[in-house]
Amino acid sequence: MTRPSIKGQRLVALFLLGFLLLNYPLLNLFAGSGHVLGVPVLYAYVFAVWALLIGLMALVVEERSD
Amino acid sequence: MLTAPVIVIASFAYLGLLFAIAYYGDKRADDGRSIIANPYIFALSLAVYCTSWTFYGSVGRAATSGIGFLPIYLGPTLMAALWWYVMLKIIRISKQNRITSIADFIASRYGKSQMLGGLVTIIAVVGVIPYIALQLKAISNTFSIVLHDPEMAMADKQSTPLFLGDNTFYIAMLLAAFTILFGTRHLDATERHEGLVAAVAFESLVKLLAFIAVGLFVTFWLYDGFGDIFERAAQVPELVPLLTFGGAAGNYTTWAALTFLSMAAIMFLPRQWQVTVVENVDERHLTKAIWLFPLYLLAINVFVLPIALGGLMHFPNGTVDADTFVLTLPMAENTLWLALFAFIGGLSAATGMVIVETIALSTMVCNDLVMPVLLRMKGLRLTERRDLSGLLLGIRRGAIVLILVLGYLYFYLAGEAYALVSIGLISFSAVAQFAPAIIGGIFWKGGTRTGAVCGLAAGFLVWIYTLLLPSFAKSGWLPINFLSQGMFGIDLFKPQQLFGLSGLDDITHCLFWSMLANIGCYMAVSLAKGPSAAEHGQATVFVDALRQSGATAGPRLWRGSASVNDLLALLGRFLGPERAREAFETYARGRGARSIEALAADASLVHHTESLLAGAIGSASARVMVASVVAEEPLGLDEVMNIIDEASQVLAYSRQLEQKSHELEAATNELRGANQRLQELDRLKDDFISTVTHELRTPLTSIRAFSEILKDNPSLDESQRTKFLGIIIKESERLTRLINQVLDLAKIESGNAEWHTSEIDMREVVDDAVAAVSQMLKENSVQLEINVPQGLPTIVADRDRLMQVMLNLLSNAAKFCKRGDGRVSVTLARQDHVLRVDVTDNGAGVSDSDKEVIFEKFRQVGDTLTDRPQGTGLGLPICRQIIHHFGGSLWVESQPGQGATFSFILPLQRAAGRMPLAA
Repeated sequence: MTRPSIKGQRLVALFLLGFLLLNYPLLNLFAGSGHVLGVPVLYAYVFAVWALLIGLMALVVEERSD
Repeated sequence: MLTAPVIVIASFAYLGLLFAIAYYGDKRADDGRSIIANPYIFALSLAVYCTSWTFYGSVGRAATSGIGFLPIYLGPTLMAALWWYVMLKIIRISKQNRITSIADFIASRYGKSQMLGGLVTIIAVVGVIPYIALQLKAISNTFSIVLHDPEMAMADKQSTPLFLGDNTFYIAMLLAAFTILFGTRHLDATERHEGLVAAVAFESLVKLLAFIAVGLFVTFWLYDGFGDIFERAAQVPELVPLLTFGGAAGNYTTWAALTFLSMAAIMFLPRQWQVTVVENVDERHLTKAIWLFPLYLLAINVFVLPIALGGLMHFPNGTVDADTFVLTLPMAENTLWLALFAFIGGLSAATGMVIVETIALSTMVCNDLVMPVLLRMKGLRLTERRDLSGLLLGIRRGAIVLILVLGYLYFYLAGEAYALVSIGLISFSAVAQFAPAIIGGIFWKGGTRTGAVCGLAAGFLVWIYTLLLPSFAKSGWLPINFLSQGMFGIDLFKPQQLFGLSGLDDITHCLFWSMLANIGCYMAVSLAKGPSAAEHGQATVFVDALRQSGATAGPRLWRGSASVNDLLALLGRFLGPERAREAFETYARGRGARSIEALAADASLVHHTESLLAGAIGSASARVMVASVVAEEPLGLDEVMNIIDEASQVLAYSRQLEQKSHELEAATNELRGANQRLQELDRLKDDFISTVTHELRTPLTSIRAFSEILKDNPSLDESQRTKFLGIIIKESERLTRLINQVLDLAKIESGNAEWHTSEIDMREVVDDAVAAVSQMLKENSVQLEINVPQGLPTIVADRDRLMQVMLNLLSNAAKFCKRGDGRVSVTLARQDHVLRVDVTDNGAGVSDSDKEVIFEKFRQVGDTLTDRPQGTGLGLPICRQIIHHFGGSLWVESQPGQGATFSFILPLQRAAGRMPLAA
């Protein structure tokens, strides 16, 4: 945690990214019918973004900055 | 088949297990080996966010609105990314100020306002009651479902009598008892409950595993994996809308509104505050929870839609409430162990929520609502009671029961009209009202108490009007035309289409208007009238929390005086004397003090006491209580500004520097002065030596000159020879005298002179001196007059030294009085406490400028070129030294041409004081 501020800023950036990806209008691109591997594209998209966000947050938080 | 005994026994066994875990957790905490001090337990305890709402309600929501259940979990995920700046700050502020609830936090932020604390508590209690009703409804429903297995009977509350005839009431009371056992066994200044956290974390694990078990069962047992479920659902026309956005899922506005609501809820629900802020052991756990907690949310939501779709396809005719699919699907397939596991999971979700929520609320009710009122009621004399800890626990236990009874009543009155999630959202909208005051409070220094009160009150009223009252109306407890026609039949006042705003669902509608009112009032009122001194002080403490080091955060704002014992006694009344003493001892050890007695009642100790008290009774009450034993000096606005403003800190710092440099300058000046004096003294010494050598050379020169004449002229006649020898002898005598005097002066000045003090009569000294100089006076034909009254007291001094002084003064007088018609008078007199001696002549006198010069060494007044020096120039300086030695003073008064009077005084006090000793 030697550079806490950069981590905080990265997390804020992730928040903005997540907010954009999970709201209108980007969300609308995936709102229709259609399937990815048998899963409706809307669910596949939302859960994929969600998992991606968590992964990135873990990367940012757990990064050893020493 | 699941029978009632099996279910009841299983439920109690599970609750017993929880209690064992809690007990173990508390015990480990007391031993100092915490089992919750790791980020995984912390993240699991945060999952108390997932209640029956998540466990049962999400499926129900998904069954009607598809993906519409998800914003409630996406919001917290997004919020977690902001925790680094928001939650970390809140935690740090709370730790620094010993804040134990939201009410305390907001009250403390806005100048420790009791009114604000009370308002926040009321909003929290009223707002959260539907949420508790939701849990009761879930437990009650599922209980009745498993009891009626395998009939799938849906509960029908309206036919059952209120309270005693209703199972739900017993469930509520059981939960109250359980909560009391968990949370209010003893009082702790930090309000931390390690055992409780351990139990909650365990519950989070149980509900996650139970839900995933049901999810796996539905997805891979009933169906053939995700693809299979979705493929089959796509063939059912009614289910197709659930798979896409829009239609049943609502619109993007609702989506964003729910995201926002859940972002606020994840921080400001009282139970979330409790586990995140109050129960936090280490800030680093929060940073890890930033991704662990969203991961939990993701895991518990993966199977929501498959279960919902599976349920809808399994019970196609709508006979089964979608809110119960998690339980009814396993039951329908007759996998009773799974049904029981699901039931236990649901019980976990509900009990975890109810326990933590009611504990958090009871703390607020006690600290911020009841205690401030009780403390103000002078008749109760609470401030004089020695031990109030019992009362505090009693209030909290009462509050827990009351909250559950209110939850039960709401469930009974309004629970039927809504699905689980809709009830929960009513509560979410209520706690979202805290967001402006808290977020504004930690990032904006301009927010004021009145602003916060107005904002909260306005938002809360709008919430009541647009969400709470409609929920009563829909349940038939208010006339239904309240909804369709508005209050007083005015269309504009339709609670769910306020001012004609339509096209929004009820939650979004309420959120918009309440936030508009809340943020609007908060900002407008705050900006209309700036913060007061106290508010500004707290604002700085909160907004700059991450910049301050912990130790200096609070006590700077305090001035006054207190006693350690008063503070200890005060603390003892609320925590119990032993705990108070322990707390003080810990503090003393931390300060390096040996014992409590060695502590100083400084600002820091007062602050520490206040924050310990704040843990037990809330910060606003704590301030009042501490003020009752501390004579606090009022802090002026200017002073507060000076102390706390960042700019003024710098200013104060530079002022300090300035002061320091002033001091340094002063010291330098002193040093320079001392140096100058030293140089002066050095110069004087050099002068002295050169003068002495000069004075010595003069007689030596004449001795040598006359000796050489005598040697070189052996033929000198007898008379000449005799004359020259006489001069040589005279000069030698003078030389001797001079050397003696130099030695004498040196001795006196260095303090090495010998003094032979005895009791002497000044008259004798005068007589002897006059006798000694009488020959000289006669030679100069000087008339002498002596005025010595009878009965003068004796003094203690050195007779020979005083004689020396008198001789010197008399010979000087004789030398300098008028030639031929000289008159000298000696007067002895007593003046108050001194003996005064005046020696007056009628000579040329001493000019004003010479009056001090003549007392300097080797300074003889008169033209030394023409007049031969008639003395050594050391007589008067020696006299003055002698007189000073005996505590007197010597001076001269003179008018040029009118003669001069040399006077000295000697104190009689010394003699009077010494006489008895000598006697």
